Amino acid sequence: MSNDFLVGGKPSRRSLLAGLGVAAIGLSFGLEGCSKEKTAVAGGEEAKLNFYTWDTYIGKTTLADFRKSSGIDVNMSLFATNDELFAKLKAGNPGFDVIVPSNEFVERMAQADMLMPLDHAKIPNFKNVDPAFVDPAYDKGRKFSMPYTWLALGIGYRISKVKGVPDSWKYMYDSDQYKGRIALLSESADLIRLGAKYLGHSVNGIDQAMIDQITAMLIKQKPFIKAFHEDNGQDMLLAGDVDLVIEYNGDIAQIMKEDKDIGFVIPKEGSLLNSDTLCIPKGAPRPNNAHAFINYLLDAKAGAEISDTIAYPTPNAAAKALMPDSYKSNPVIFPSTEALAKCEYGHFEGAEKQSAFEKAITKMRAA
Amino acid sequence: MAEENWRQEGKTLAATLGPPLVWLTLFFIVPLAVVWAYSFGRNAGLTEIEISGTFANYAQAIEPLYLGIFLKSIGMAAACTLICLIAGFPVALAITFASDRAKTWLLLGVMLPFWTNLLIRTYALIAVLRDEGYINLTFGWVWNQIGGLLNWPAFAPIEMLHNNTAVLFGLVYVHLPFMVLPLYAALDRLDRSLLEASLDLGAGHVRTILQIVVPLALPGILSGVLITFIPALGAYLTPDLLGGPDSQMIANVIERQFKRANDWPFGAALSFLLLYLTFVMVAVQAMIQRGKKAG
Repeated sequence: MSNDFLVGGKPSRRSLLAGLGVAAIGLSFGLEGCSKEKTAVAGGEEAKLNFYTWDTYIGKTTLADFRKSSGIDVNMSLFATNDELFAKLKAGNPGFDVIVPSNEFVERMAQADMLMPLDHAKIPNFKNVDPAFVDPAYDKGRKFSMPYTWLALGIGYRISKVKGVPDSWKYMYDSDQYKGRIALLSESADLIRLGAKYLGHSVNGIDQAMIDQITAMLIKQKPFIKAFHEDNGQDMLLAGDVDLVIEYNGDIAQIMKEDKDIGFVIPKEGSLLNSDTLCIPKGAPRPNNAHAFINYLLDAKAGAEISDTIAYPTPNAAAKALMPDSYKSNPVIFPSTEALAKCEYGHFEGAEKQSAFEKAITKMRAA
Repeated sequence: MAEENWRQEGKTLAATLGPPLVWLTLFFIVPLAVVWAYSFGRNAGLTEIEISGTFANYAQAIEPLYLGIFLKSIGMAAACTLICLIAGFPVALAITFASDRAKTWLLLGVMLPFWTNLLIRTYALIAVLRDEGYINLTFGWVWNQIGGLLNWPAFAPIEMLHNNTAVLFGLVYVHLPFMVLPLYAALDRLDRSLLEASLDLGAGHVRTILQIVVPLALPGILSGVLITFIPALGAYLTPDLLGGPDSQMIANVIERQFKRANDWPFGAALSFLLLYLTFVMVAVQAMIQRGKKAG
């Protein structure tokens, strides 16, 4: 930045800053935008695909099987949070063909015009999807997303250290019974939404008064909370650092294989559901391959292979049918219909709401 | 004279200085300028930031809530720096008095932690400090051996993780080398005969250290303090992983603005407040040193 600009004051501050910002965005993000594809043939696409997903979230042989059946090489990169995914695509698609955002981010990215509409004619395996997942509120008519897995938040607990089944959010939000033995999530939106659920409100449409009420409740509860975990609650539970933890059912199901003393419950007030989905981001260099890949992942056998590895609930009815009973009738992976009936998806309600959640949690942590 | 040389060999100067300067401008100054510009912007939609020249982000950043977090972070960083200074000074002094051979090994020992990633070191600390960690396992074993004979109650693990003390411990652990190395550099240059003179003239060891060594090594102490304090102030991994419900520091808040809250302009304003604070501290250090020279 040259001093003349600042001192001479010829261009107004606004235009200078705007110009600078634009130029520099072009520089800092545009560079990674120049991705490697050189041989985009007019008719077909080169036999490659860039897949951007979560860690440990694909079957052991899925990608190799797909290459065998289609000849397409899948290059997989990993992200750890939806925010990371969003931040990476915010300034333009750096070359990804298929991404795996959660439901709330499907809404957010669709609103921000970051997703490519799906061509259902190219995804015949959509017929395998359980009817409950065919027309979700977060993506009416499945215009942008195909369901990959779904998950429910609940309480994971150490059976021998807890009296009965801790089937209420009360133990986490509003009680000193397990003082110093509980861990909550650090994710602010989830924390506020579950608090609202405990107070008998929906996880959506939370107004500022309710946010303040939940913040006050959490400030009161804070001395009894051991930690706000960074999605490693299952490790803390397994290591014995805490006895109760708010976590996803799939994460707890994984450690239940190692430790018989672990239980999981969806509290009676209901909970927050999440669904991870397959989407094609705008500007994907190989949309045909992307459709073929999504279709393949929704295949019954391929889906069963994935569920076998990752132990998350699948929305793919045909794949579920191929799975053994230990998966199909596992009450942690597939909670009862009564429990699920009280659960809801969280909707993206604008950037202001998100900032309000964030500020409330910052306030609570600083109190 | 040096200046003359540079002037004559302008081309050489340009050739040597040019590439790093271009690099620095392109990959440091320009991105930093972008973030600085963001701090005067606002979110227009989900993906766009409009640089409107507003000061709203700074106004929000100096709300009592965020000022309190700044103060807390400064307190943590100051405590970390103080402990590092108290613990690092004798270590640095001891290294200067070691034999040349031992010196190499001791310095290597100080630098060794840098060879491992911060995240891994922090997880290692978790493994040591947690309820079922190595410290508690050891104590528990000893307790149960003795307690078995004397009918003591069962061993209750000492809670060392997930509180502010754990964060402070982690910060000191990570930043101690930053203090020891500049202290060593300053102490090693010290004229030993001055120490001998002080001792010969009847001053004790403590007095010699306080009245001779410390003033002479002051520049090194100041740079050690600064170079420890600044990264400790911006620490975010340590409070995230070792901290409890109370342990958030300003960098955690900044991180959340850029990620979860998706409020880059506000995050940028917070970051730049931190940067301005750093500038002030560097200026203060320079002033102290200049004052010392003048006086």
